[in-house]
Amino acid sequence: MSNKLRIVHYLNQFFGQIGGEDKADIPLRKEDGAVGAGTALNNLLGEDAEIVNTIICGDTFFNENIEESKSKIKAMLQEIKPDLLVAGPAFNAGRYGVACGTAAEIAKTELGIDVVSGIYPENPGYEMFKQYAYFVETSDSAAGMRSALPDMAKIIKSYIQKDGELKSPAEEEYLPRGVRKNVFVEERGAARAVKMLLKKLEEKEFETEYPMPVFDRVEPAEAIRDMKKTKVALVTTGGIVPKGNPDHIESSSASKFGEYSLEGVMSLEQASYETAHGGYDPVCANMDSNRVLPVDIMRDLEKEGVIGELHNKFYTTVGNGTSVANSKIYAEEIAEKLNAAGVQAVILTST
Amino acid sequence: MVKEIEKAGLAVVHVATVVPISKTVGANRIVPAVAIPYPLGNPALSESEEKKLRRSIVEQAIFALETDIDKQKVFSGEKEEAF
Amino acid sequence: MKLELGKIIIDDLQFAVETRISDKTLFINQEELLELIGEDSRIIEINLDIVHPGEDVRIIPVKDVIEPRVKVKGPGGVFPGFISGEEMVGSGRTHVLKGVAVVTTGKIVGFQEGIIDMNGLGAEYTPFSKFHNLVVDCEVKENIKQHEHEEILRMVGLKTAAYLGKAAKEIEADEVETYEHKPFLEAAAEYPNLPKVGYIYMLQSQGLMHDTYVYGVDAKKIIPTLMSPTEIMDGAILSGNCVSACDKNTTYVHQNNPVIEELYKYHGKKYNFMGVIITNENVTLADKERSSNFTAKLAEMLSLDAVIVSEEGFGNPDADLIMNSKKLAGKEIKTVLITDEYAGRDGASQSLADADPSADAVITAGNANEVIDLPPMEKVIGYQDFADVIAGGFEGSIKEDGSISVEIQAITGSTNELGFNNLTSRSY
Repeated sequence: MSNKLRIVHYLNQFFGQIGGEDKADIPLRKEDGAVGAGTALNNLLGEDAEIVNTIICGDTFFNENIEESKSKIKAMLQEIKPDLLVAGPAFNAGRYGVACGTAAEIAKTELGIDVVSGIYPENPGYEMFKQYAYFVETSDSAAGMRSALPDMAKIIKSYIQKDGELKSPAEEEYLPRGVRKNVFVEERGAARAVKMLLKKLEEKEFETEYPMPVFDRVEPAEAIRDMKKTKVALVTTGGIVPKGNPDHIESSSASKFGEYSLEGVMSLEQASYETAHGGYDPVCANMDSNRVLPVDIMRDLEKEGVIGELHNKFYTTVGNGTSVANSKIYAEEIAEKLNAAGVQAVILTST
Repeated sequence: MVKEIEKAGLAVVHVATVVPISKTVGANRIVPAVAIPYPLGNPALSESEEKKLRRSIVEQAIFALETDIDKQKVFSGEKEEAF
Repeated sequence: MKLELGKIIIDDLQFAVETRISDKTLFINQEELLELIGEDSRIIEINLDIVHPGEDVRIIPVKDVIEPRVKVKGPGGVFPGFISGEEMVGSGRTHVLKGVAVVTTGKIVGFQEGIIDMNGLGAEYTPFSKFHNLVVDCEVKENIKQHEHEEILRMVGLKTAAYLGKAAKEIEADEVETYEHKPFLEAAAEYPNLPKVGYIYMLQSQGLMHDTYVYGVDAKKIIPTLMSPTEIMDGAILSGNCVSACDKNTTYVHQNNPVIEELYKYHGKKYNFMGVIITNENVTLADKERSSNFTAKLAEMLSLDAVIVSEEGFGNPDADLIMNSKKLAGKEIKTVLITDEYAGRDGASQSLADADPSADAVITAGNANEVIDLPPMEKVIGYQDFADVIAGGFEGSIKEDGSISVEIQAITGSTNELGFNNLTSRSY
C-alpha cells in the first residue's frame, strides 16, 4: 500500500492521560492524532501507519452506558473511516478489557474494520470478545507496556504486509480467537486419521484437529410455587410453523425464530401447521404438530386449572445445524418477550 | 437456548430425546422425550393412547418446573436420576 | 475372503449406438438404458445428461452419486439386496469404472439434497466435479408419497450404475488391487505381535432421506455387527439419505471407503486390521445406548487395541459419536474420531452438539457452515430454485445473475466424514 494505514486508537481515561479512577466516569470523546501510549505506538509503526484519531472513554461510563457508547463509537468510526482499530492494551483491567472488546465487536461486525489489541488472557474481555480482535498477550499490569506495544506494532506491520490476511495465532503470535476456519491440506482426512492412530498406538505425541469444548453451567431457576396461577409458554427447536412457513425459517442454520399466536387455538391441526426442520423425518410432525409442540395437552391442563394459563404466543426455530451463538441470541430475545408478557415458566421441546 | 431462558429468570424444562446432549450442554431440568421425529407422540399408538402418552410427558415437565433442584436432574418418572 | 478389484480407467463418456468400452471411453446406448430404468410405472420421465470435469454446469438438487461396478467372478453381484440377491459379497473379482459416476437428481423430496458444480469455486469443494458424470434426472407422478419417491430414485440410480458396470465385465483391467480379509482367529494368528485395529463405521438411520441400507436392510433395524472390509467394496452398504449434502455418505464414498483403503496400507506392517464394525444412529435414546454398548462390546470381543470411528451426519448423531467414544475408552480401546463441524458462519460457535474429554483425537472434515459464493453456471441440470431451501441455503441465496451464496453444507460431499477430502478446519 502506498498510503499509510489509518488507525483509530481506543483508550480509557487513564491511558488517555485524563486521570485515574476519579475520572472513570468521563464520557466518550475524540481527539486528533495519538495520545499517551499511542504516541509511542505511532513511533514504532514509522512510515507504514499512523494514528489519525484517538477515542477516549472512562471505563465506568462505558460499562454503565453500553448502548450509548456502542452507537457513539460506531458513528465516530463511520465518520473517520479508519483502516484499522487499535484498542488498549487493557492488561488485566476488567472493565477496560470489556470496553476494548465491545469496541472491537462493533468495528468488526458492523463496519468490517479489523482490530488489534493487547490483553492479559484472564481478563474477561478476552474470553467474551476474542473472536473480534487480534489480541496480543500482555502481562497483567501496565508495567508490561514496554513489550506490549512492540508486539502490537509487529502484528500491525504483518497485517499491512499481508493485506489483512493474517495467519494462525501461533505464526503471528496473537491469542487464539476461538474461530474455526476451513483450510485445504495435502492429505485426505482418512490418511490423517490413520497417521493419528499410529501415533496413538506408538504412544507418540499428536495434536487433535478439534479440541473438545467445556460448557458453562447456569444456576437452576427457582421452582414454580403455584402452578395454578402460572402463565406457561411453549417454545420449540423442532421448527413447528404455520402451514407454508410464512416467515421462511430455514430448514437448517436458522437465521431467525418465529413468534406465532395461539389465540383461539386449542390444538395444532394438520391443515394449519407443519415443520420446517430439515434434520428429521417430517412426516409425523406434519400429520400432527402436537407431537412436537403439545398445544392440545396444554389446553387441557389450562381447562382443568392445573396451570394458570397457556401463553397466547409460541416461539419456534429450527435446531438443525443452527449455531450455538445464534441460538443464544434467539433465546435471549424470546426470554425478553416472555418476561414482558408475564410468563413465569417455559416448556422447551427439542427434536 | 434453555440456559439463556433460565439466565433471564424463567423456570424452564427441556423436553428432549437426546438427553446426553442436554446434560452435557447443561440444561438443569430435563424430561426425556419419545423419539426425534415425535418427541411427544408415537404414531404406532391409537389417537387416545398417544394423547395419554403426551399428557404424561407434559405432566413430568410440569412436575419438573415445580421441583426445587440444586443441580441438573433428569425427570423420567420411574427411574429418577440426579447427578 | 479375497477380493481382486480391477480398475478400468475411463476418461470420456459419450452416447452411442451400443453400450461398450473402447479406448478408455464408455459409450452408452441411451434408449436401452432408459427402457431398463424407466420400467417403474410411477415414473413420468427420465432425462440423461453427460457432464465432464471443467464444464460450466451445475447439478441441483443431487440425491446420490454411485460408481458403476460389476461382479466378474465370485459369489453374488453388486448392490446385494437391491440389484443382486442375498449372497454374501466381497470375494472373487470385481471390476470398477474409474473416473465415472452416476448422479441422480429430480424435484426435491426433503430439504437435504445438494449441489455439484463442475467448475469454478464450488468444484473445489466436491469430489464429484473430477468425474465424467451421467446425470439421471427423474420425474415421478404427482401423488407419489415422499418415501416412495426416494425409493424410486434410489433404484433408478442403482440400476443405471449396474447397467454401466456390466460394460466392464470382459474388459482387461488397467490396475488390479487385491484385498484380503481372513477369518478372525486366522487373522489374529497371522500377526500375533502387532496391535489389533478396527474400523467403526457409523451409518445414518433416522428416517426419510436419512437412511442407509446394508444388504438391502434398513440400518435402523440392525443391531451393530461385524463386516468384512471387502463386502463394502461390492456395494453391500449403500445410501438412502442426504443428511445434509456435505456430510451424507453417497453410495460412491461407501463403495470407495477411504478409511478402509488407508487402513489396509499398514496392515500386517504396523498393525493388524481385524475388520469392520457397523453401527447405526437411531432416533431414540434407548437405541443410541444399545448400539453404542453393543459396538464397544464387539470391539472388546475382537480384542481391539485401537479403532477409527467415522460419523455420518451431525446434531443428534454427535451424541452417538460421543457415546461410542466414551464406551470404547471405558474398555481401554484407543480411538480416533472423524467428524465435521457446524461452528456457525463466523466459525465461532461450538462445533459439535456433544462433547467429552475421551474424544481427544479428532480428525475434522471442516466447518460446514462456512459460506462461499458460487459463480453462475451456463447450464443447470435440475432445479436451481431449490437453493434457497436446501440445508445450507437461505432466503436470498440465489442472486438474479444465477450466482449462489451458500454454506458448503449444500455442496455434495464437501465435508465427508469418512475423510474422503482434503478439507480440514483450524483454530484461529
